[in-house]
Parts: sequence; C-alpha cells; structure tokens
Amino acid sequence: MTIEELNQTQADETARQQALDERIYCCTAAGCISCGAEGLRNAITEQVKSQGRLDKVEVCGTGCMGMCSRGPLVMAASGTALYGNVTPSDAPALASGNPLDRRPLADRQIDLNAPFFTQQVRIVLANSGRVDPEKLTDYIAAGGYQSLARALTELKPPEVIEEVKTSGLRGRGGAGYPTGLKWELVSKQISPTKYIVCNADEGDPGAFMDRSVLEGDPHRVLEGMAIAGYAVGAQQGYIYVRGEYGLAIQRLQTAIKQAEREHLLGSRILESGFGFRIDLRIGAGAFVCGEETALIASIEGKRGQPRQRPPYPPESGLWNQPTLINNVETFANIPPIIEKGGAWFASIGTPSSKGTKVFALAGKIANTGLIEVPMGTALRTILFDIGGGIPEGKFKAAQTGGPSGGCIPEQFLDTPVDYESLARIGSIMGSGGLIVMDNASCMVDVARFFMEFCMDESCGKCIPCRAGTVQMHDILRRMTLGDASEDDLAMLEELSGLLRETSLCGLGQTAPNPVMSTLRYFRQEYEAHIRERRCPAGHCRIEAGVPA
Amino acid sequence: MEEWRFAIQIAAFSGRGDPTPIAETEKPLPAAVKDNRDKLLERAMSRHQYSGDALIEVLHTAQELYGFLSPERLKTIARKLRLPPSRVLGVASFYHFFSLEPKGEHTMVVCLGTACYVAGALGLVEVLQRRCGAGSKVSVQTARCIGSCGLAPAVIADGKILARVTKASLGAELDRIG
Repeated sequence: MTIEELNQTQADETARQQALDERIYCCTAAGCISCGAEGLRNAITEQVKSQGRLDKVEVCGTGCMGMCSRGPLVMAASGTALYGNVTPSDAPALASGNPLDRRPLADRQIDLNAPFFTQQVRIVLANSGRVDPEKLTDYIAAGGYQSLARALTELKPPEVIEEVKTSGLRGRGGAGYPTGLKWELVSKQISPTKYIVCNADEGDPGAFMDRSVLEGDPHRVLEGMAIAGYAVGAQQGYIYVRGEYGLAIQRLQTAIKQAEREHLLGSRILESGFGFRIDLRIGAGAFVCGEETALIASIEGKRGQPRQRPPYPPESGLWNQPTLINNVETFANIPPIIEKGGAWFASIGTPSSKGTKVFALAGKIANTGLIEVPMGTALRTILFDIGGGIPEGKFKAAQTGGPSGGCIPEQFLDTPVDYESLARIGSIMGSGGLIVMDNASCMVDVARFFMEFCMDESCGKCIPCRAGTVQMHDILRRMTLGDASEDDLAMLEELSGLLRETSLCGLGQTAPNPVMSTLRYFRQEYEAHIRERRCPAGHCRIEAGVPA
Repeated sequence: MEEWRFAIQIAAFSGRGDPTPIAETEKPLPAAVKDNRDKLLERAMSRHQYSGDALIEVLHTAQELYGFLSPERLKTIARKLRLPPSRVLGVASFYHFFSLEPKGEHTMVVCLGTACYVAGALGLVEVLQRRCGAGSKVSVQTARCIGSCGLAPAVIADGKILARVTKASLGAELDRIG
C-alpha cells in the first residue's frame, strides 16, 4: 500500500459507511462475550438478513464500550443509542431500524449524556466501541496509519522524538518514566540492531486496561510501535502478551497479518525505506515478567528472573542490544500525539502528568468497566460520578496499583489522580486498576491477600523478596486468625522497610506497599485483630480459627 | 565449558535408547492423530530453527498438543533444542502456565484476582474442593487474575468464562458436567 492508496482506502471506506442507513455495533470484548455477545451478534445479523436490509445495515463487532456491568452492550443508530443487557430476543427490534420497534428496549437504553460518558476524555479508547478490531479498513477509515504515514514522510526520527518529548507523555505501565527521554536514550545508542518491546504482561489483579486496548484496537498499538521503531532506529518489535489473554492474542495475530499484507508492517512500509516487523511472544503466567529485565529473559526463552540494573535496557536489553520497552497504553498514545502534535497532548492533564489515563473500575462499584479520564481528575469524580458510587454499604477504600500499590481512604477522595499526588498519599498510579472496597472488606485481609500474591509470584532470585514475603505473609495470616502479638506488628513494619530497601527488583521493593498503606490509614484494624482478637469488618472468622 | 555441558547432556540421556520415548501415560488417541501431534511439535521447533530462545513457544505448543508436559517430552525438547535438560525443566516449572501433570477431563479455573476475591471467590474454591476431590473428572485451579474484573467473581469452565458466579450456579454447572 502506498500513501495515496491509504488515503484512497480511507475515503472509500468512509463513503461506504456513510451510505449505510445504520451501523449496529455489538461489543465483543471479553466481558460482553462471556455474557453471550457472540450469539447476540449472530442473531442480529440473521435478522438483518431475513429482513432484507443487508445492503443498508452493517452489524460489526467492536472493542470494549466501557460499561461492562451492563453487558452485553449494543450501540445502534451508528453510535447514538446504547442499549444494555440485550438478549437475542431483542434482535428483530434492533434489526428493523424502525424507532417504534425499539420501544420495548427503551428501559434498557443507557443515557449517553450520563456522567459516565460526559466526564470521560477518550484518546487511547477513541476507537474502542466504534471500530471493528478485526477489520483493517475500519481502522483506516477512522484515520488509522495516517500518523505512521506522516512520521515517515514529514518527520525525521529526531523530530518524532521531539514531538513525544513535547507531549510530556509518561510511561503508562506504572512508574511514569518520561517516554520521550527513553526514546532518546535508545536512539542515541550506536548499534545496527535495536529492539522495540511492548509490555502487555498485564499481571496486576484487578487491571484489564491493556487487554481491552489490545482486544478493541490492536492496530493502534502496532502503529505506535512502528512509529517508535522509526524514531529510535529499530527494525524488530515484540509484543509480550499474557497467555491468559486468548482473545487479545488472536486479534493481535489477525491485525499483524493484515498489516503485513498491506505493507503497513514488514519491509518497505508504505513504499518508504523503513522496515519494521512485529512478532508476538506469549507469556506463561509469571507476574514478575512485567518487570522489564525479567520480561527480556522470558522473551529469550529463559526463566523470567530480573537482573541487576544498570545497564538499563535502553543500553543493553534483549540479546544485549539496545531495547525500548513501553507499555501497551503508552504505545496507544503515540498515533494521536503524532497526528495532533505534542502540544495538543500536553494541554490535557496536570503540569507534571499529561494526557489521559485509562482505569479499570472493579469491586464494590455500580458501573464496573473501563474508563478514560484526563490526568488530575479527582478520585471522587471517578468513583462517584463516573463509577456511579457504591451500590450498598459505605465506601471504605480504593485500591490502586495492585500488589505494588496502596489503599486510599475516604479523606483523600478529592486527591487529583496523577503520578505525584498518588505517591504522596502512599499509593501509586500503577497500570490503572482501581478496586473499590466497602465496609465488609477487612484491610488486614486485603494486605494478606496481596502479600500472598507477592509471595507466590516472587521469582526466588533475591533473598529479601523470597524469604521476606513468606515471613510477612505468615504474620498477616496469623493476624487474620487472631494469633498475633504487638511484637509481630513491629516485625511487620521492620520487614516492610527491609524489603523496600534491599530487594533486587520492583516486585520485592513494592511488595510492602499494601501493608504500609493499610497500616498508615487503618492501623486500628490491625490493633483490633491483635489486642481484641476481633475483625472490625466482620470478615475474618477469628473464633473458628479459619482465615476468611 | 561446552564439552562439559555436552557430557552432562549425554549422561542425562544415556540408557534412554529410543530418542522419542513417548509415554503411555498420556490420553490414548488414534495412532494417526498421535503421529500428527509429534509432527506438529517438530514443525513448531523447525519453524524456530531449533533455537533455544524459542523454548517457551515450543513448550506452549507441546502443552497445547498433549495437554501437559511429561518428563520424557521435556527431555526430547531439550535434546532437539540443544539445551541442558535442567534449563528446560527449570523453565517449565517456573511458569504457572505449564503443567507437568495430566489434567482432568474438565478444568475449572477460579479467578482469585482482587475484584473476584472481594466478591467472594474463595467460597467458590471451597465448593469445588469439596465436590471435586481425588478421582474427580474436574481439575480445580486458581488464576491470579483473568482480567474479567467487571464480571467478578469469574470462573473459567473448560475455557468458557462464567460471569458473576454464585455457589449455587457453580453447583449447577458441576451437575451439568456430571
């Protein structure tokens, strides 16, 4: 495909879509599929066919529409009417296109002017729910691969990096390292072979942002990676994706094949001198592989154990070559930055954290699902306006950052969500999992749960993490059984500091975070377990001697 | 160094005679299909030019084809990829995804991610452990987070995600499998 052909495809496909009476989008992300979205989509297609409207109505599967709690979701009337909890028996009404027929669905229509939608700003998720992830032409019609074309024809590699630096984009994997600086580091290395790696090993329990992006808009990630390859001078990219994400893997494979066929990947992309290949590497269920050096070891076919840094991967990474590792969401932000410019991106968010962040809302919240908000949005807005609040019970804490993060209590609900503010209150931005807990959740048990996770997932290479997580878990377990003393509490705090200071990689260094943040804000719960052998939340079954 | 490693490999494989001792311990399948599986695994290895770097991809393929990774299979892979058997076993046992033992006819994976945990997934594990003890057709596993947090608590029954599972609906599913 040449650039002229790309433009032509975009014009043709847009014209074809506009000539239709209606496009009906069925959410076919993993959440809706498990509520029967595939059957529903087939039923609607069948109905359209039997009513003889195939030439006027197109039924497409799309990525995540966000409101996972109301699935399966169907967006009718080319994206202006959203229905939730749709069943195959609704198919005739949806297929007819007659507003009168759709009246039985009125009570299940979701208000698109609700805060859930109006408070969001969608950059990464712009196409999710509106573009068929299995059709390349759909992505092209939405402006896809234009940024890659622009980068290849109008910008020199240093100019691409300059644009990313201007945007102020920071790594979305959790640590928040400035993306432009990382790119510059890799581009300055003198080496004939460099690699781009996309970290899609989304292991935090409670996080499903990356999965949704890969399932809903895989081409966007490929395009972002190709632009990165052009900017830093790499010809080969790898996407390291979790083995648990079957659908994401399948859609990525389809997308890579489509892009290669149209010369949007491979050698001589868009008839330019630049070539870039992307291969998938499937993870095998090790949380520690989200750590960049462990991920590199895993791509090389070894046990996923981290190594000492420096040298950092930009100097010596995959097969000892300069390697750029970014998260899925980071790459997904690249095409809009190149299209609209770094200054546009920098105008969104806070002075230190630019752009938007995708969050996965889960736990005790009305609207579980996927959202994207500008950086700096208050937690209260996210949880109560967008999330719809707590269905029953009272808000107790919001957990961000998974096993490396912390619990945020009610008094900090007005904290703006950005890297620095969250760190100040003892949590982290993390990759974007946001789990809401109500009165029924025991914070000691939550800390125990995360410590058990870190204990199981510790790779065993360094002693502080391997032995420390076991010791900390044992103390927490005994607390939930009502079998701990004040000395144990002191030991827990000592171990927390030890792990943080002496572990080799991020897993061990951040493993004490959930303990430290719950101790900071919910110390009385720990004390009740120890002194009174009582669980204030009524969660731990202390009398029976069984952990809840 | 290389010679030393080679000697270890020889020692590990000596007395094994036939280079592909496919165990009888795996599910009996028609000979044609079984032969085909060996061929498919071979093809996967040759696609990666028998490179040791592709070990994890090869193990994925082997597990997909045979359901689990037997010691014999691991040794075969080690020899073909010219890796020390210790490294192959080391990798296979490091990752949760690889199973070194045969699985039951059905598998139930209970997600124990945070959202599922706060929604009571441990209760589901208890139900499964009570009902699917030794000799059951159902293998019970837990997962760290399957990323379906909007559907908590979630269970994967034979590859299909069940959403908002209750003890009762899980019992019904077990009755259905039989």
